[in-house]
Amino acid sequence: MPDNPQSEPPKPSRRSFLLTTGSTAAAGVVGAYLPVSANIPVERKDGSAAVTSEPNVEGSVPILLRINGKDRQLRVDPRTTLLDCLRETVVLTGTKKGCDHGQCGACTVHVNGRRVLSCLNFAVMHDGEEITTIEGLGTPEAMHPMQAAFFTHDAYQCGYCTSGQIMSAVALLKEPCGPDDAAVKELMSGNICRCGAYANIVAAIQQVRQRA
Amino acid sequence: MHTFEFIRPANQAEAIATSAQSKTAQQGADVRFLGGGTTLIDLMKLNVETPARLVDINRLPLDKIEETRDGGLRIGATVRNSDLANHAQVQHDYSVLSQALLQGASAQIRNMATVGGNLLQRTRCVYFRDTAMACNKREPGSGCPAITGHNRTLAILGASEHCIATNPSDMCVALAALEATVHIQGSKGSRAVAFGDFHLLPGDTPHRETVLEPGDLITDVTLPPPIAGSKQVYLKLRDRASYEFALASAAVVVTMGSGKITRARIALGGVGTKPWRSSEAEAALTGKPANEGTFRQAAEAALRHAKPQSENKFKIELAKRCVMHSLRMATTA
Repeated sequence: MPDNPQSEPPKPSRRSFLLTTGSTAAAGVVGAYLPVSANIPVERKDGSAAVTSEPNVEGSVPILLRINGKDRQLRVDPRTTLLDCLRETVVLTGTKKGCDHGQCGACTVHVNGRRVLSCLNFAVMHDGEEITTIEGLGTPEAMHPMQAAFFTHDAYQCGYCTSGQIMSAVALLKEPCGPDDAAVKELMSGNICRCGAYANIVAAIQQVRQRA
Repeated sequence: MHTFEFIRPANQAEAIATSAQSKTAQQGADVRFLGGGTTLIDLMKLNVETPARLVDINRLPLDKIEETRDGGLRIGATVRNSDLANHAQVQHDYSVLSQALLQGASAQIRNMATVGGNLLQRTRCVYFRDTAMACNKREPGSGCPAITGHNRTLAILGASEHCIATNPSDMCVALAALEATVHIQGSKGSRAVAFGDFHLLPGDTPHRETVLEPGDLITDVTLPPPIAGSKQVYLKLRDRASYEFALASAAVVVTMGSGKITRARIALGGVGTKPWRSSEAEAALTGKPANEGTFRQAAEAALRHAKPQSENKFKIELAKRCVMHSLRMATTA
């Protein structure tokens, strides 16, 4: 996270750089990660609903996902996990890929309001469903209270697990959870932080819970 | 990952008819039902499972929890682990089940994982999960490197010379102690299987883990009426405090009367090749006073036939202490 969350992200972003080079000079390297790079829609700056599509490649299926309040018509290979669909097809890269095997929690998103691991789901399973990612929670100008609390409590170092931590923490607010730190730790145990920011993460969550 | 056809059946009959075309319902099935995906998709990424067709059952009407005619509970196959664990009647009458579920996996996984899927949870044996290694469960006849390899977490009860893989489920340990019944709808009709008969010992066919045949769909699990006045405890011992599989666990359901144990049901997890109900321990408890001597006898009875692997002799004593402490907790609660 930048020191000043209010500041505009630098331009061009690392991702837009990768996308550009991926379609030209480094196509052989980066293209492997971006199978439909030519058709990847870039999020519009005004945040308007962008209808996205992929080439009608053999075996791909049409799905409709309502992502952060916007309907997205997509075509995906059935093997595409919800995580890869969000990151590679819709280009919402706030959701992170950690282990890709359901062991780390970095890919946590909400499906129909409940937290799940997007790496252990196929996107096709969620046709017609409501997906919320970290991008749908708040903006640098108007942060979700949990995002603000993570910022205040310095509840991260490298930041890689942070979006998953925050998505888990926001869902926890609506789940049965005892008042003490031990209960929070238990319900947050599916989100691993290699930096070890756990104490500050628990403090951030407890502050939001106490103010709620 | 191998390609597959994604099928969303219109109804149960269509799901069963599609599944019935599979050559097997066991390891290597070419048609798989897809529930929460937490086991299956993980194994598909590892190429341990390579189904050609996935039948998504998440939108079939199998997600209800309701009372049965005899006062027991019927739990639909696609009920999520979190919904079952937090269900008021489960917490009140079958608390060992709620405790077991809440000590399993993580909150995210519990929101995804289904009851039917948890019944079919696969072993975490590292050789099973690695296609570069031999494994009799994955490739019958290829051998079991776990017997002379990394086996610290593997089974001390029910193992064979062909397979020593542990059943990893917590939920199943509680269901064994609650004497649940598994209900299956197949292409030739429906049947009910007593919980203890659902999972198979590895023997010389470790690739066969359950009684399921092609076309068999688990529709629900039923629990008998609650045992009035019973005390229920699920105790799980593991390498870290949360989000970890059991090294040893115990589910106990005991009823006391006049200072004695009048009824006991006990099952062990993390130590067996299947969820391990111990009728020997139950017999050692029934009619006896609830004291340390009785608990010790029950623990000894439960582990009498335990055989350690090269790295896990400690699990025998750990499992005994787990049994004893769970009984202490249940009888003093």
